[in-house]
Amino acid sequence: MPRECGSRPAAHVLNARKAGFVETYQLTINGEKKQVTADPSTPLLWVLRDDLKMTGTKYGCGVAACGACTVHVAGVATRSCVLPIALLGDRPVLTIESMSSDPIGRVVQNAWVSEDVVQCGYCQSGQIMTAVALLKTTRTPTDTNIEESMGGNLCRCGTYVRIREAIKVASRQLAGGGR
Amino acid sequence: MSPRTALLLVVIGVFSTRSLLQAGPQTPSRVEGLAAWNRVYSVVSSPRCINCHTATQYPQQGDDRHRHLFNVVRGPSNAGVVGLNCGTCHQSSNADSTGVPGAMHWQLAPLSMKWQDAADRVLPSPQVCRIIVSEAKRHHLDLVQHHAEEALVRWAFQPGLRNDGTPRNTPPLTHEQFVDATRMWVAAGSPCPER
Repeated sequence: MPRECGSRPAAHVLNARKAGFVETYQLTINGEKKQVTADPSTPLLWVLRDDLKMTGTKYGCGVAACGACTVHVAGVATRSCVLPIALLGDRPVLTIESMSSDPIGRVVQNAWVSEDVVQCGYCQSGQIMTAVALLKTTRTPTDTNIEESMGGNLCRCGTYVRIREAIKVASRQLAGGGR
Repeated sequence: MSPRTALLLVVIGVFSTRSLLQAGPQTPSRVEGLAAWNRVYSVVSSPRCINCHTATQYPQQGDDRHRHLFNVVRGPSNAGVVGLNCGTCHQSSNADSTGVPGAMHWQLAPLSMKWQDAADRVLPSPQVCRIIVSEAKRHHLDLVQHHAEEALVRWAFQPGLRNDGTPRNTPPLTHEQFVDATRMWVAAGSPCPER
């Protein structure tokens, strides 16, 4: 049984789970076809973590408030903890596990290392996924761009200053410059 | 009754019936139109509608119309910013198991369709009326069809469940009543209250 997203699942969700109602879904995760059988109400996060054992995507709040669970769905940075698998459809999913082979993801990860962004690290896969989404459309983001786009990704360690700097480093590298 | 009087009554009856048939359904009066507008306004000023018709750089949430959590901003296309746009959470239909509302084209109304002031107060009925009339004219919009078919309008009447499993409140009219009121208001010439 999938773990809960959030602390209070609705009664009808519990009833569906008690009834053992499941469906089979064909997914495209990081370019690979996957098949899972799950309760339609299961959030994508738990399909990734529990069914596909892809634990790079983190559970933070379960209500889309922290951004730790961010993945890309058809190119859109998406909170996987509130996306029921039944609503995913045939949209492809990219997770943190694919970022090392993504041209922009690789640059962002390198910048994260060079700027020593991470403290505890729990939120960082979500931070990187949002940063990559930003840089894929906005190669030279302003401080306002960074604040607005990253504003939903929380870091209890307070690494925001280093996150901002790492995004700027990655931006310069993507533009062909150095650090 | 004399034969002459009887003939006169028959003639009057025939002409009355003909004139009624020729006129077809009566155009609603201005008074009826204004009454219909009041019903329309009761819906468009309800939280399910007005939360996304703000005058600010952010949408609102809930029946108390608080600022949308998670630092969500309007963005250049009224759908948030890259990395944190509406589609980051909202899907094409309600996600009742996780409490996130959804419908096709989920986004804020443009600022030209703001129904609030900059302090988040709902604009008075005459002002909202004039905005709707002028924007519908500018975009050649059939308001009856828009209110009957637009996914975001329809969502307001089927807003799904909150994340605690309880149903969101709906506007004061049913969708059918809302469309009927719109039809009546438009048929009356879309009159707006003076004040």
